[in-house]
Amino acid sequence: MNLFEALRMAANGLLANRLRSALTMLGILIGVTAVILLVAVGNGASVQINNQVQSLGANVIYVYPSNARGSGGVSQGFGTAQTLTQADVDAINTRQQDPDVVAAIPIAQSGGQITFGNQNYFAPTTGTTTDFPLVRNYQVAEGSFFTDDDINARHRVVVIGQTVVDNLFAGADPIGQTIKINRQSFRVIGVFAQKGGSGLGSQDNVVVAPITTVWAYLTGSRGKIISQIVASASSASAVTQAETEITTILLQRHQISDPTLADFQLQSQQDILNQATSIATALTLVLGAIAGISLVVGGIGIMNIMLVTVTERTREIGIRKAIGARRRDILTQFLIEAMVLSGLGGALGIAVGALLAKEAPNIPAIATSSFPTPVVSLPSVVLAFCVSVAIGLFFGIYPANRAARLHPIEALRYE
Amino acid sequence: MITLEAVTKTYRMGRIEVPALQGIDLHVASGEFVAIMGASGSGKSTLMNILGCLDVPTSGRYLLDGTDVARLGDDELAKIRNRKIGFVFQSFNLIPRTSALHNVEMPLIYAGEGGRTERAREALGAVGLADRAHHQPTELSGGQQQRAAIARALVTNPAILLADEPTGNLDTVSSVEIMRLLSNLNSEQGRTIVLITHEQDIARFATRVVELRDGLIVRDARTAA
Repeated sequence: MNLFEALRMAANGLLANRLRSALTMLGILIGVTAVILLVAVGNGASVQINNQVQSLGANVIYVYPSNARGSGGVSQGFGTAQTLTQADVDAINTRQQDPDVVAAIPIAQSGGQITFGNQNYFAPTTGTTTDFPLVRNYQVAEGSFFTDDDINARHRVVVIGQTVVDNLFAGADPIGQTIKINRQSFRVIGVFAQKGGSGLGSQDNVVVAPITTVWAYLTGSRGKIISQIVASASSASAVTQAETEITTILLQRHQISDPTLADFQLQSQQDILNQATSIATALTLVLGAIAGISLVVGGIGIMNIMLVTVTERTREIGIRKAIGARRRDILTQFLIEAMVLSGLGGALGIAVGALLAKEAPNIPAIATSSFPTPVVSLPSVVLAFCVSVAIGLFFGIYPANRAARLHPIEALRYE
Repeated sequence: MITLEAVTKTYRMGRIEVPALQGIDLHVASGEFVAIMGASGSGKSTLMNILGCLDVPTSGRYLLDGTDVARLGDDELAKIRNRKIGFVFQSFNLIPRTSALHNVEMPLIYAGEGGRTERAREALGAVGLADRAHHQPTELSGGQQQRAAIARALVTNPAILLADEPTGNLDTVSSVEIMRLLSNLNSEQGRTIVLITHEQDIARFATRVVELRDGLIVRDARTAA
């Protein structure tokens, strides 16, 4: 008996009870739809996170001061040390030992109330150097970024992000205006182009000033602190190499021979991305597993119906055996019937799931929220189809085997 | 063609053993038309099942067309049923929701043989049902269903045709029609036919009558056809 004949027999059997076959298929259809849709949502979340992290710059490496260890070896907690200096930044920027680093900038953070006229707003103020737009992947949309002269002369100038513009200026042109940060006056000389992204802290809610200015006017008694160094590697694939180079330079400069005792810590955008991706993957798996439960329920439905079918068609099985069907022929016939049910249900489920995923962004309630746009991936489609066919196989084996084992005489006598 | 030697069959009903056949010796030559008669409980159905390789004897030998089939396994028996035996049942036993043509093709499908549609059409033509090929069993009369069943039995060109009360569910006119058909198959094509019946009128079409009682052959007579 060839596959074509087997499929023809299966189709015949399924068409004999259309409603029953359709309902059984519906069980698998709903299960597969749920799997496709929920995995698509998980994928969408993953893509969303990815985009946000990418907008921070894929080549970026952060260097933080690490736990300072007292003489007794007592850890004093993350970020308590101030081990990074301008000299460290300059050493990295010489690019003699680190060809994979494009540029490094120091960052001095200061919080502060910002006022303009009667508007006031809160945004972190970042003190840095002229390579900031290059390293952090910012474009200046209006005006210009500050220069080395501004740094040397501690000019009180700032470049601000779009969110700050929206909150303080309400339509007015901010260039040339004077704003106050912690009651000190600063002149706005540039506005960054919008970067978008939310969730991980908006990239547009920034105020950037020369680092010397920040030290002089904003950090006050805390002095010339560098809260982190940000470096950019020449490409995403050079990040690991660049990290090694920076580590070597800093270990030398800080005269630390044992890397495990380093007084600084590196984190690349890639590390953040990996963490975020692994969270998103876990989310996708959990969602898929929950949906998978309904697929199992659908499979049990198939088994149930196949058992009923086998009982109903006992006589037919007897006839087939009498005219020469072997156990294997009967087994194949009913297995294929179960697999056609589940496979067809799976294929329809994929279609419905993909359609819903495609239409989801058009639903107003979803379009206006930050709900991720579902992304149907080919592997999930292939997997869902294979799993649904496998479910037919798994749950079909018992009923089909029962049919194949029937004794021809008893089966023929069955009314 | 068929040789039974000391064939017995005992059924177990719990602890009680029920003897259905108590030692049957029977030889059916090629081209014979044998009617097996007997009252219910005489063992004729059991004999039919054994002749049809649906069941195996408890003891004894059964040679069918030169093969000892008494000790074969399930799949080998299925193969013998497929190639060497054509069944005709009292209740026709066509597969429902399946055209007459596809029903007749079925044994060829299991045999894995080619030219199926053509051969099935031929077999339907031989029983005078060529114009009903695409009808489903429910669209055929009893007599037509039985003729389709005979076509199905003949399509593999088996060594013997086993007919178990083939007219049991038919009216008199159809019964005579079917018996004429079987009779012609025997006399014109030399088909070996074993017919099981309890009706004298039907047994009369055969060339030899074997009568069973309590699992033993009590009469074996040739009749002038």
